[in-house]
Amino acid sequence: MQGPVCPVPHHHTDTVVIGHGSGGSMTRDLIRNIFQSHLGNAYLDQGNDAARIGLQNAEGEMAISTDSHVVFPIFYPGGDIGRLAICGTVNDVAMLGAEPAFLTAGFILEEGLPMETLTRVIESMASACEEARVQIVAGDTKVVEKGKADGIFINTAGFGLIPPGRDLGGQLARPGDAVLISGTLGDHGIAVLQARGDLGFESGIQSDVAPLNKMIAALLEAVSDVHVLRDPTRGGLATTLKEIACQSQVSIHLDEDSIPVKPAVRTACDMLGFDPLYLANEGKLIVVLPEDKVEIALKVLHNNPYGVMAARIGSVSENDPEQVLLKTPYGTTRILDMLSGEILPRIC
Amino acid sequence: MCLGIPGKIESVYEDHGTKMAKIDFGGVLREACIEVIPEAKPGDWTIVHAGFALNLLSEEEARETLDILEQMSELAELEDQEHSG
Amino acid sequence: MAEQTPDFLAGYRNAKLVKTVLAEIHQTVTQPWTLMEICGGQTHAIMQYGLDQLLPPEIELVHGPGCPVCVTSLELIDQALMIAKQPDVIFTSFGDMLRVPGSKEDLFSIRAAGGQVRVVYSPMDAVKIAAENPDKQIVFFAIGFETTAPANAMAVIQAEKMGLDNFSILPANVLVPPAMHAILSSPNNRIQGFLAAGHVCAIMGYWEYPPIAEQYQTPMAVTGFEPLDLVEGILQTVKMLEEGRVAVENAYSRVVTYEGNKIAQAMLAKVFKPVDRNWRGIGTIPLSGYGLQEAYQQFDATQRFDTGSIQTEESKICIAGQVLQGIKKPSECPAFGTLCTPQTPLGAPMVSSEGACAAYYRYGRKKS
Repeated sequence: MQGPVCPVPHHHTDTVVIGHGSGGSMTRDLIRNIFQSHLGNAYLDQGNDAARIGLQNAEGEMAISTDSHVVFPIFYPGGDIGRLAICGTVNDVAMLGAEPAFLTAGFILEEGLPMETLTRVIESMASACEEARVQIVAGDTKVVEKGKADGIFINTAGFGLIPPGRDLGGQLARPGDAVLISGTLGDHGIAVLQARGDLGFESGIQSDVAPLNKMIAALLEAVSDVHVLRDPTRGGLATTLKEIACQSQVSIHLDEDSIPVKPAVRTACDMLGFDPLYLANEGKLIVVLPEDKVEIALKVLHNNPYGVMAARIGSVSENDPEQVLLKTPYGTTRILDMLSGEILPRIC
Repeated sequence: MCLGIPGKIESVYEDHGTKMAKIDFGGVLREACIEVIPEAKPGDWTIVHAGFALNLLSEEEARETLDILEQMSELAELEDQEHSG
Repeated sequence: MAEQTPDFLAGYRNAKLVKTVLAEIHQTVTQPWTLMEICGGQTHAIMQYGLDQLLPPEIELVHGPGCPVCVTSLELIDQALMIAKQPDVIFTSFGDMLRVPGSKEDLFSIRAAGGQVRVVYSPMDAVKIAAENPDKQIVFFAIGFETTAPANAMAVIQAEKMGLDNFSILPANVLVPPAMHAILSSPNNRIQGFLAAGHVCAIMGYWEYPPIAEQYQTPMAVTGFEPLDLVEGILQTVKMLEEGRVAVENAYSRVVTYEGNKIAQAMLAKVFKPVDRNWRGIGTIPLSGYGLQEAYQQFDATQRFDTGSIQTEESKICIAGQVLQGIKKPSECPAFGTLCTPQTPLGAPMVSSEGACAAYYRYGRKKS
């Protein structure tokens, strides 16, 4: 036997690889090392889904967010790139407690994209705008040569007013708070993976992509002292909670039994070696709020079509700051870390 | 190694002379090769790894093992009650 | 399609039953025992459910080399990278392999540089890709233990049946019994009982194991992957140890029989022959891998592509080798969780999500 040997690590600092877009710690490091180090300022450094900007000569503040959408395939069960482009940005703005009002949309189209496809995407955007009650007020279109993009990429930016006195953010979780989730986890991640067809499985799983601003408005009307709202998109619940735990310098304790996951999503995860807590969601909301508001908050969420499966999943504590700890049904505990790179099926 | 999950055979067919099946994994359907369990028929349970059925899964054995463990569990509960009572 | 996992399988995750078996383990144990679960999938399940936290302190579980991604040699990975770089090649692989570093790069880097690397769920899917792309060479990275080997063999047979001359595999299969011999005969061996890998035995049966158990006086229990299977396998092994009995028992009878799947074994013998194989972190173990039989040589990617003069470089920073042999625990490594994380892996067991180090890291066995 030759004794201990070990490969030299590849950190991928020379070129961009797919994992830099996974929403986990590789993405975080890319943002820190390149974007924030050159472009950083007080607003960008807030580190929330949207920036909070003070307005001169007006009451309240403005929430601004932007998001690019490159999902493949363009259409998948339960959604498409158009609906995603509206909902993603509407939700990011709404997470600060703002009422999203205006959006901009930038399109990068690949030569050869059928007009019919483009029309279907735009119709879907229009219907999502109507549902979320937002308007697209500025836009841009670029066409690139065949092979330089993948059909259609969409960037949207969103703007909304934060009413005076409303203060929400990932840094505001407090020991003693409760943690809620608005519904089942992993639906979007599995639906998109299934639609790609590479892994050859079929199921009735649909993406959860939805605008959450109405549900959030109802929640904030009923509970004025919500501390954190966050949507667990790329990187999933685990990564998003880890971010909140770090921002607020607290620990978050979850009860695995209480976390809603559809049985088919769980099976797909068992089959591919995924953890549903790391899969992307596009219509789910994490709520961190004082313990005594749990009951009323759940009542409001349950009354909304996007919150029917809402559940209390954990609590915030001052011990072990920056940790997310999951209690299993066997009474054991495991630590949840951020997603590291791309999620890969584990077969062997 | 060897992530294998149980599924129920929905239908069997051939692809270039190789035995294949559509398998239902609790709401998720996928094709798998059943060349090494040629006796498999719709309704049978199997364990699938990397799109390949390893063996039939014996429902009888599964239930038998569980029954024994459940009896063990009940017995342990009874003993606990006796000790505490 | 709406049917969910039926009761008879859901029972294998039942917390009450798991606790009952754990209680019996606590009652049975009178002295320290060191057991090895050889399979990476079992390491993962133990960590995921936290079962190790529930065992009596006398029982130490050490994690075996049963992660095919972890033990694939650097030479083979460098060969794979060299093949994947070729312009007319679509290189297909199980997902985990993409992250594993070769001497200088990994499959992700190849993809970023324009190489075609595709993740497949099944080797049979790689054959389909070959049929759909007649102008490309499709190569499948055939890793895995005896569980995966029949699927790899089937892919070759299927390609032959379909008359595909653009499909080949990079043979990298490894075998459990020679690894057991290597571990048990090592002067550093601490293993007193084995949890034999349930899905390897689904194919191979466990008729190969009694002579090994006898030779090294090491009892074994064939063990499944659900929480109840795992604690039951541990209980059976501990009972044998406490009674001073050396045998091979089957704690996964719903899937495994003594003789295994004979059709699958015949398929393996037809397509593959045992060859010496180098295990990353362990070294060369005689007759511990599968190469293609003469009749199937045309499906060997190393015959089709010139992968001749590969020089590999391994650094000697971490203790991957000792972890893979069960001599040390991941958390005993000076680099664990600090220099070495899933994102900046120093060793293969941290790279593969089935690797012992990754399982330790992910499921929170921080250095204490």
